[in-house]
Formats: sequence, structure tokens, C-alpha cells
Amino acid sequence: MNLTLKVWRQNGNKEKGRMETYQVSDISPDSSFLEMMDILNEQLIEEGKEPVAFDHDCREGICGMCSMYINGEAHGPGDRITTCQLHMREFNDGDTIHIEPWRAKAFPVIKDLVVDRGAFDRIMAAGGFVSVNTSGNTQDANAIPIDKNDADKAFDAATCIGCGACVATCKNASAMLFVSAKVSQFALLPQGQVEARERAVNMVNKMDEEGFGNCTNTGACEVECPKGISLENIARMNREYLKGSIS
Amino acid sequence: MGWTKQFFSSSIGRKFAMALSALFLIIFLLQHLAINLTSTFSEDVFNELSHFMGTNPLVQFLLQPILIFGVVFHFMMGFVLEIKNKNAREVKYAINKGSANSTWMSRNMIWSGLFILFFLGFHFYDFWIPEINYKYVQFKPEDPDRYYEEVVHMFANPARVVIYILSFVFLSLHLLHGFQSSFQSIGARHDKYTPGIQKLGKIYAIAVPAGFIFIAIFHYLNLH
Repeated sequence: MNLTLKVWRQNGNKEKGRMETYQVSDISPDSSFLEMMDILNEQLIEEGKEPVAFDHDCREGICGMCSMYINGEAHGPGDRITTCQLHMREFNDGDTIHIEPWRAKAFPVIKDLVVDRGAFDRIMAAGGFVSVNTSGNTQDANAIPIDKNDADKAFDAATCIGCGACVATCKNASAMLFVSAKVSQFALLPQGQVEARERAVNMVNKMDEEGFGNCTNTGACEVECPKGISLENIARMNREYLKGSIS
Repeated sequence: MGWTKQFFSSSIGRKFAMALSALFLIIFLLQHLAINLTSTFSEDVFNELSHFMGTNPLVQFLLQPILIFGVVFHFMMGFVLEIKNKNAREVKYAINKGSANSTWMSRNMIWSGLFILFFLGFHFYDFWIPEINYKYVQFKPEDPDRYYEEVVHMFANPARVVIYILSFVFLSLHLLHGFQSSFQSIGARHDKYTPGIQKLGKIYAIAVPAGFIFIAIFHYLNLH
């Protein structure tokens, strides 16, 4: 496959970025999107140019590192996949592909397609955990009876890999799907009840402080999420926040 | 009551406020339509109901100010949130395929809302200001039979009918997203009931604006 790539290049958050055009040829339809980016980078290095910086790690859809906005969609075309799970057979020979970083004020560009998603870590640090007694007397989690539906929903929420596609795709750059998944995975389980009151309030307040936008229920995040995190979690977070605020 | 200030200045608190004012306006709209529909089959019933709404002190001095507050609040909050949300993304995407993951209605609430705001301005100029002028500025004696004639004659003008039709189409688009969205915002979501709420939302969003359009066309055709 021969392709024209329009890639966002930016040297740090202070500099203004720009789209640059590159040609790549003889790309196998069976190669992954990131392999295609590797080929582009080898080509750039051979030409004595700066390679394109992009995030990646596991390359099997579980680490949440890869983060490209491809042809106007987070993680590109295809449902429930991360960028590393996208293959070149989804495109046609001769296509022009636009590649941009996640765009949000709360995700400043570090370089080219790499953005700083540290805001997610700071939200987690504000309450996305369960304090555990490690004295050796901790009760076995399997000994606590949990409704199967709740356990399944908590597990579904916990599959969030924190990639940030929800923020990237939301027209308001809202992080509510991410935060709601993290609030829900604890809110649904007995272990999460002890700190439930402060958790939602602290995490949501931190989210607001980081400069994410507000959710307007377009549902775009749910569609683009590689793990299919449901909007149901946002409704639950709203309830948890109200409960935490009034109690 | 420190928590209320904290709550309503948070993103989720604002969602609650937006949704609650929306649900209030949804109920108001139903009441408005029910009264207006009577004008298509009984001049007397319409006059009687309008006279009651126009003169009852509870409606005039309690419900009407609450309604005005609800409308103004919903618009102001809508603008505030829109500006804040726009600021959350400083650099726009070169290519963004919104239609791949969301409806036109959900992405353009600000535009359908703005169109409704223009209509409300027109509606105030048409009905509300003359009404206030009649009752509280000129202090004219109340005539319980004046309402039907006043309303019906408004629809003799085809331009007004066209503005009505267009406005209610935008209201319908606004409600197609807004109805179910307001339930989601207040956390009223349940596997068992949400599909029903979404269906009811679609029916409401089409039937209520269609009812207002029907009234405008009905009187226009009756007069010509």
C-alpha cells in the first residue's frame, strides 16, 4: 500500500505545532498501524530527519499508552480497539491519513503525538484507591458475598485502561467516562464503601481542577472507548457525587 | 450550607442544575400545549383557561416568576457551560468525525438552543410584552373573552406560521437529545427503566413540537 500521511509535529507545549506531509510506500495491509509508524520513522531517520514521537508500550491493547487521533477518530476507525490493534487493511491504497495527538487543555503535548496524561494519575491519587490494612489480618476478598451483577459491572468498569480516548473524542474534552469508571469499580463493591463518601467528591473536584470540560451526554466516549466502558458509570458517578456532597 | 455552593460550582452539580431546569421546562411545555390545543376545538374552554392563567395570582406572581427564572437560568447555564467546554480544548482537531460516534442533536444543543432563544424573544414580543402592557401598564379592564381572538389572529400571517414551524423543529431536535440526557445527568439510569425513558423522550420530542405546529397551521388554514 502507498499512503500519504499528514502527521502533527510539535516540539513541546510552548511551540505551535503544524501538520506535515509524508509519503510511505510498500506498506503491508497486515502490518499494524504502529508498525507503519515505525516504518515511517526508519525512513525519516535514514533521511536524517527527526522521527515522529508517539506513545506505545504493550502493543496488545491492554496498557493504554498508544493514543492517536486517526482520520478524526480516537484510535482510528474500528470498534473497541486501541491504536496498536488497528491494522492497515482498514485503509485503502492511495489513502491520505490524518494523524493527530489527543487534544485537550488538560493533556498538554510533550512532543508530536505524545501528550502528558498525568492529570489522570493525579485524579487517581485523589481517591481512586482502597486503603488496605496490611497487618496480616486482611479478610480474604473471596469470603465477602457480592451480587453477581454488581461484580460483573465493577469488573467491566475496572477494564478501563486510562488511555484517554474518552477525553480526546469528547467535544468538551470531558474526562467523566474515565473518572466514572474508576469511581464505579469501587462504588459497586463492599470494599469501596468505607471511603465512598470522599472518593467521588475528591476525584470529581480534582478532575474539574485539572481543566477537563463538562459532560453533555453525547455518548461519543462510550462509542470510541476501546474497552466499551458504559455511560451507566457516569450516571452512577453523578449519584455518588450527590451522595458524597449532601452527606 | 457550604456544600450547596461547592456542589453547584462543580461540573456534576452544574449538570444537575441544567437537567433539573430542563425537566421543569419539559413539564411546563406539556401544560402550555394542553391549554393551547383547546383553542382548536373550543373557543370558550380556551378563553376560560387563558383567563385563569392570566389572572390567578398564584400563577401570575409565583409560577410565572419561577418559569422566567427557569428559562433564563437554563439559557445562562447553557452558555456558561459551552464557553467552559470550548476552553477545555484550545487547539482544535484538523479532522474530527463527530458523526462516527454521536448524533447531530447531541453535538449541537447550543445551536438548537440559540434558535429557541430567538424564538422566545419573538414570542415575548408577540404575546408576553403586550400581555404585561395590557394588564400591568395600561391597567385595562379584564375581558375574559379576548384571548381566543388575540391568539388566533396572530396566525393569519404566514411568515409567523413559518417561524413557528421552524422554531418547533429546532425544539424537537433539542428535545431529542435533551429529554433523555436530563435523566442521565441526574443519575436516573437503570437497566430496566432507561430504554423506556429514551422511548418516551423520542415520543415527547416529536409529539409536543408537532402539537404546537398543528395549532399554528390549524388556525392559519381556518382563517384563509
